[in-house]
Amino acid sequence: MLRFLARRVAQAALVVLGITLVTFLISFAVPADPARMIAGRSASADTVASIRHQLGLDQPLPVQYLRYLGHLAEGDLGRSYVQRTNVAGLVESRLPATLQLMAGAIFFELLLGLPAGAFSASRRGTRADKGTMVLSFIGVSAPQFVVGLLLLYLFGYLFDLFPLGGYGGLAHLFLPALTLGIGGGGWYARQSRSSMIDALRQDYVRTARAKGAGEWRVILLHAGRNAILPVVAMIGLDIGNFMQGVVVVEAVFGWPGIGQLAWQAIQELDIPVIMGVTIVAAVAIVLGNLLADIITGTLDPRIRVR
Amino acid sequence: MSGAWSRILRDKAALFGLAVIVVVGCAALFAPFVSPFNPDRQFANGLTLEGAPRPPDAIYWFGTDLLGRDLLSRLIWGARASMIIGLVANLAAVIIGTTLGASAGFLGGRVGTVIMRFTDLMMAFPALLLAIALAAILRPSLWIVALVIALVNWVQIARVIYTETRALATREFVEAVRALGASRWRILTRHVLPHLVPTILVWGTLGISSTVLLEATLSFLGVGVQPPTPSWGGIIFQSQSYFMVAPWLVLFPGLAIILLALSFNLVGDALRDALDPTQRGIG
Repeated sequence: MLRFLARRVAQAALVVLGITLVTFLISFAVPADPARMIAGRSASADTVASIRHQLGLDQPLPVQYLRYLGHLAEGDLGRSYVQRTNVAGLVESRLPATLQLMAGAIFFELLLGLPAGAFSASRRGTRADKGTMVLSFIGVSAPQFVVGLLLLYLFGYLFDLFPLGGYGGLAHLFLPALTLGIGGGGWYARQSRSSMIDALRQDYVRTARAKGAGEWRVILLHAGRNAILPVVAMIGLDIGNFMQGVVVVEAVFGWPGIGQLAWQAIQELDIPVIMGVTIVAAVAIVLGNLLADIITGTLDPRIRVR
Repeated sequence: MSGAWSRILRDKAALFGLAVIVVVGCAALFAPFVSPFNPDRQFANGLTLEGAPRPPDAIYWFGTDLLGRDLLSRLIWGARASMIIGLVANLAAVIIGTTLGASAGFLGGRVGTVIMRFTDLMMAFPALLLAIALAAILRPSLWIVALVIALVNWVQIARVIYTETRALATREFVEAVRALGASRWRILTRHVLPHLVPTILVWGTLGISSTVLLEATLSFLGVGVQPPTPSWGGIIFQSQSYFMVAPWLVLFPGLAIILLALSFNLVGDALRDALDPTQRGIG
């Protein structure tokens, strides 16, 4: 188990290192000159040159990359061109809102996805099964901005049940979290259906049935407990989807998280902020995958061998 | 393969998907003939007296947009952006993914490890953020958007093809032709690739769905297809601040995106059921 853990952690670290290299290279491909962006439009060529020297932009690329890595190691993500503060501080101030949104989204995903999957699996091959799976496909195929805008129109405007966006308590959280949860719920329904079908085929389920356990008891207690494993692992793998989702959903609902931060930065071509958010998101994704591996590895020893 | 076809034709959901794809494809192909109006023309009677967009009526079936243009015509022309990007970007992604996945799986060794580690790295990147950053840098046009999506979307298929190729490379028939003295190139192209075709078809079809969604999302965020070229995501982007008063400007393009993405998913899913007996009924 320890060796498995060590190898996975080392792999994850390597991936993170690769990510820093790619973001570094992308920020170089940008046509905007950082020194010019910081100095402002009216600055003289001398000022720009001195800022360039200060930032180390006149040094060879490998040296700059190492410097950049050194800053990253200290938690320094650079300075925003536009807001003129540290990117790390910006990300930190926005992170709680995004985490709230994610927690809400996971709640809705599980609430919608798990029962739908279990229901579908227990009625396998029937019309109810097909219908539920088509519904789950609709959830998966609906772009989050469309779902968000329609929910906003229906429940925010027409029925006036929820605020029309913005940050606040649970009432504010409801619609954006539901928007993220609908798409994810579709995936969870499909995943939990197939793992439920797998579990229902096992011998211990037949044993439980033979002993006279009721259908609900079989589904919830005997099969469900084993079917939940791949689904739990999916939450870890899901972080990547969330990182995409929050950009869109936060833009639609005016939710002040890191997605909105990235979105604003993109419009202003504020490269350090874009790259900072990308690195934070990528690290979150790597950690999520690592967590998923560890959970399944701990609970299912067969996986460790590979 | 013919058995697969008849299975798909018996699947009602897949038939529905196929029908939608054909309709949207024809709309995109024959846009100049089927669209009721010029999509860029701003009609004098296209706005109400207060200057607001007109709701759906007998002349403008789907209503008009903020500039008094016919929404239905814009949707029909917008199908072009979705279809072109959906097909071209996904084809490119499939080619990149298959090439990398198959070579990593077939060659193995150090080359394979390097390719797959690179794939892991790309998996960890938030695809949307990467696409946005690339699109912002490269100044989006239709083809740039397609390129950006291809650069982001090849990863999934590369992984699937890699696993499949690994499994195939150890099979007896591959060993047999190797023993007969066939070259590596011949083994790969003549004996391994044909077995990958079903997988490529399934993932290629499912991939169009995510490509259509990514294009719509990029256009909605303003870094996708740029005006005046009509695109479904772009129409929603331009009218979102107005959608309380003119909900049809979000509803119709939104439904169009959902229907098209759903259809490719349904067809891809049916293909998987038809071509891969081990997956039958699990989906």
